[in-house]
Amino acid sequence: MGSLELKSIRKAFGTHEVLKGIDLEVRDGEFVIFVGPSGCGKSTLLRVIAGLEDATSGSVRIDGAEVVNTPPAKRGIAMVFQSYALYPHLNVKDNMGLGLKQAGTERAEIDARVGKASTMLSLDPYLARRPAELSGGQRQRVAIGRAIVREPKLFLFDEPLSNLDAALRVQTRLEIAGLHRRLKATMIYVTHDQVEAMTLADKIVVLNAGAIEQIGSPMELYNKPANTFVAGFIGSPQMNFIAAEKLGPSEAKTIGIRPEHIALARESGDWKGKVIHVEHLGADTIVYLETEMTGLLTVRLFGEHRYAPDDVVYATPDKASLHRFDTNDRAIA
Amino acid sequence: MSKARSAPLRTALIHLALIAYTVVALFPVFLTLVNSFKSRNAIFREPMALPTPSSFSLVGYETVLQQGDFIGYFQNSLIVTVASIALVLLFGAMAAFALSEYRFRGNTLLGLYLALGIMIPIRLGTVAILQGMVAAGLVNTLTSLILVYTAQGLPLAIFILSEFMRTVSDDLKNAGRIDGLSEYSIFFRLVLPLVRPAMATVAVFTMIPIWNDLWFPLILAPGESTKTVTLGAQMFIGQFVTNWNAVLSALSLAILPVMVLYVIFSRQLIRGITSGAVK
Repeated sequence: MGSLELKSIRKAFGTHEVLKGIDLEVRDGEFVIFVGPSGCGKSTLLRVIAGLEDATSGSVRIDGAEVVNTPPAKRGIAMVFQSYALYPHLNVKDNMGLGLKQAGTERAEIDARVGKASTMLSLDPYLARRPAELSGGQRQRVAIGRAIVREPKLFLFDEPLSNLDAALRVQTRLEIAGLHRRLKATMIYVTHDQVEAMTLADKIVVLNAGAIEQIGSPMELYNKPANTFVAGFIGSPQMNFIAAEKLGPSEAKTIGIRPEHIALARESGDWKGKVIHVEHLGADTIVYLETEMTGLLTVRLFGEHRYAPDDVVYATPDKASLHRFDTNDRAIA
Repeated sequence: MSKARSAPLRTALIHLALIAYTVVALFPVFLTLVNSFKSRNAIFREPMALPTPSSFSLVGYETVLQQGDFIGYFQNSLIVTVASIALVLLFGAMAAFALSEYRFRGNTLLGLYLALGIMIPIRLGTVAILQGMVAAGLVNTLTSLILVYTAQGLPLAIFILSEFMRTVSDDLKNAGRIDGLSEYSIFFRLVLPLVRPAMATVAVFTMIPIWNDLWFPLILAPGESTKTVTLGAQMFIGQFVTNWNAVLSALSLAILPVMVLYVIFSRQLIRGITSGAVK
């Protein structure tokens, strides 16, 4: 009970086209993440699904029913916002129950559902408090609780973790993942953080400039990026792109190799180069080198390695992990 | 104590300037109050002196309360001021909400048009307003004053409030929409409480010119039953003889209600003035 179907969604503000024909299908119970750089239209797309923004053309179906003319409150959705967007004048309990109250649900039913959600999110001690008396993490849990209480067909998350600090972000991410497992609900989640996308999603939709670049599971996107944009966007540090002609004749225009798929040695290897800078992260060591054949190259080594700037090293790519892209930046299978 | 951020000389000069300004601003009020408690001769002999047992006199207040219907004038002033503020705030906030919240053709143009009134004094239109009121049969009614003052207060109200409404988070309004609140509920229950400081600012800026106005009461509602306090006090000012005791007493009394309203709004006001500047 929670499928979504988008057909050629277009949205223009004046002459500026923000969404250029989006087609997407989300199955019941899927966790789908829209990811892309800022300004790619991912939030606008979420707003179109929520009904907060009218699409210029196209169709939105929730559970098979066309909803483009249905107001947000009647679409059977719930949304969690980046800025929490709690009602400042209501306490936690009323914040969570307002949607049901507006829909004319009975008092006892509202209490039962709010109680269930607050227990699930460990918010019981705070039910009588106002949002101003809560910490950031608690506020975001209330916002999630407000969504759960509505028992929606579709959960929509608009960058829900961006306002939290790093530790809290990881914790809340785990909670959201647990929530999805328990509720088995359909969730659509917008973020610009690829770590969130990789860790939470069943399916990632990579958006760029108002169009879908690729749809796939996190590992599909990592292992088989459809084009240079996806290849560069997924994975950190970013994939190295090398002009193919530098490596000899090839049908490809660009060769891509992830930093973790390059080995370094001091004595011999494919590409000779000089270390420019080294970043020690404990678990990883990131080495930046300037090689004669490829130019600037980022290499990610696992564990600690003693390289210093100006060291001469040899880099060897893992041939099986090379990505080849044609003149249109599309991957060559 | 470290002195990196404080220079005694500069602080002293700043305080000197502020004190000087305070004295200049309060002096007329002080003079009015002090002289309203003195006998007529004492006012002219030593206008600066405080009332002494020999010069103390309440004759001004007695005149004011006996001659004319001053309680009635007060009532008129209060009705006009409070009703005008209420209408200015209600319509101003609604217009500001529409301008800041909805995208529609001519939005900016309409905003500029509504703000035009800040630059053009409404008194330029007095003749036309009077003709209109005569035609509508509203001359000598408080309604005519309320209508004019509402029109006079709206431009500034819309200008200030629409700036503030832009700062109210879109997410909050959208959360309300998803929870099924109507646009009216969103406006009255979510947005208005958040712009309360701005509303208080607008209320004070609107209130004082209305309370003190002599022009429109004189032209639109000079009748005995619709006189406002400011107009009522004028009857003691004659072409040849002015009853200064009565004028000063009437003005002293007229300060009180505005003071009360100001105290009510001022707690919010300070937040309103600063909240635009810092965060």
